[in-house]
Amino acid sequence: MAKITYITHENEKHTIEVQNGLTVMEGAVQNNIPGIDADCGGGMACATCHVYVKEDWFNKLPKKEDGEDDMLDMAFEPKTNSRLSCQIIVSDEIDGLEVNIPSKQA
Amino acid sequence: MNKTDALIIGAGPTGLFTAHQLKLIGLDCEIVDNLDKIGGQCIELYPDKPIYDIPAVPECTGEELTNNLISQLKPFDIKFHLSERVEEVKKEDTSWFVKTSSGNSFLTPNVIIAGGVGSFEPRKFAPKECEKYENKSLFYSVKDKKIFKGKTVSIFGGGDSALDWAIELSKDCKINLIHRRDEFRGAQATVDKMQELVKSGKINLFTKYQMANAQGDQKLESIDIKHDNNEIKNLKSDYVLGFFGLIMQLGPIANWGLNLNKKTIEVDTEKFETNQKGIYAVGDICNYPGKLKLILSGFHEGALAARACFKLARPNEKYRFEFTTTSSNLLKRLGKKE
Repeated sequence: MAKITYITHENEKHTIEVQNGLTVMEGAVQNNIPGIDADCGGGMACATCHVYVKEDWFNKLPKKEDGEDDMLDMAFEPKTNSRLSCQIIVSDEIDGLEVNIPSKQA
Repeated sequence: MNKTDALIIGAGPTGLFTAHQLKLIGLDCEIVDNLDKIGGQCIELYPDKPIYDIPAVPECTGEELTNNLISQLKPFDIKFHLSERVEEVKKEDTSWFVKTSSGNSFLTPNVIIAGGVGSFEPRKFAPKECEKYENKSLFYSVKDKKIFKGKTVSIFGGGDSALDWAIELSKDCKINLIHRRDEFRGAQATVDKMQELVKSGKINLFTKYQMANAQGDQKLESIDIKHDNNEIKNLKSDYVLGFFGLIMQLGPIANWGLNLNKKTIEVDTEKFETNQKGIYAVGDICNYPGKLKLILSGFHEGALAARACFKLARPNEKYRFEFTTTSSNLLKRLGKKE
């Protein structure tokens, strides 16, 4: 179990307890957090679950796998701290993670 | 006006197999798709990626699956309308009137939406200023490369489309190639070729930059690009090309009076019919308790929706269930028996 805070573009904070093993994307979708579309359902094929992760957390998360950066090329306004939330798996280690949701996904 | 027993929206795997099922039970159908090719997400998103969960097919790529489905349709005569998006669906007596972006229209008792996550549209630049120049000096695809001759063209993207056009247009244009990171996802040979042209001064390469702004009164004059470290560069540009792949948009489907749940359409699990009689949704775009977004589920949903179409297309006939192994009717339709 990990507390994940999703911060919308309007700066609304939603803190959710997400089960280990789910992804940060699934935590958002199952709890109706606005702004994470996840059109492809977690297949790293659409870049519509794009989030920004604050620098300190960004470096603590497991590194991006092949393909995630390719997909992020297509995201809306990607930055150096961009991640696809479907590729971040929830565990006790990421308790307290905060992610910022971009103004739109496409 | 085309009259048909069923109109399928979407030429992905689900749409293709639904067409097979309709033809097999003796109904006509036509297929409309916004893409310029058959195959849907399989062809657009993962043509080379292997799929491992199609029953009885241990491994195949998106492209192989599409080709197999197309060859399964060989016995049948099915009309495809590609590069057309369905814009309008409205009731006309007991039928549905359907109109596409190229002005084609259909009258049919059955509309089957096999639209995946909607239609594919190009992903666009983030800054609002860019809209003003769209289709004039700023494009997301190249229709006529002659207009760029002798001009300065700024190309954005890191995949094969961006690289191929940068290489091609560098022959008689001044090219700026801009990408958000140092790595390119295009084919290695293409990346090497591009790097050569950068060395010989044919292409100006800017990495870790993104579009920040576009300027010019009527015509585009220059663009600002912004580095990861916030530094801004101004590039004189006559034209801008953006290649960020495609995004799926629900588009006009949202206006057809269907019960929607986020980007999916609510259906029953007997006919896969929506809240509108004679409109069905199958594959990734439909939603019901327990829905799995798997290709195999789309096949099942299409098979059942096809049987439901029979009732509305042939109100005076009774549908009889038959097997392809034994039914001479079906074997005739498949061209296996005289």
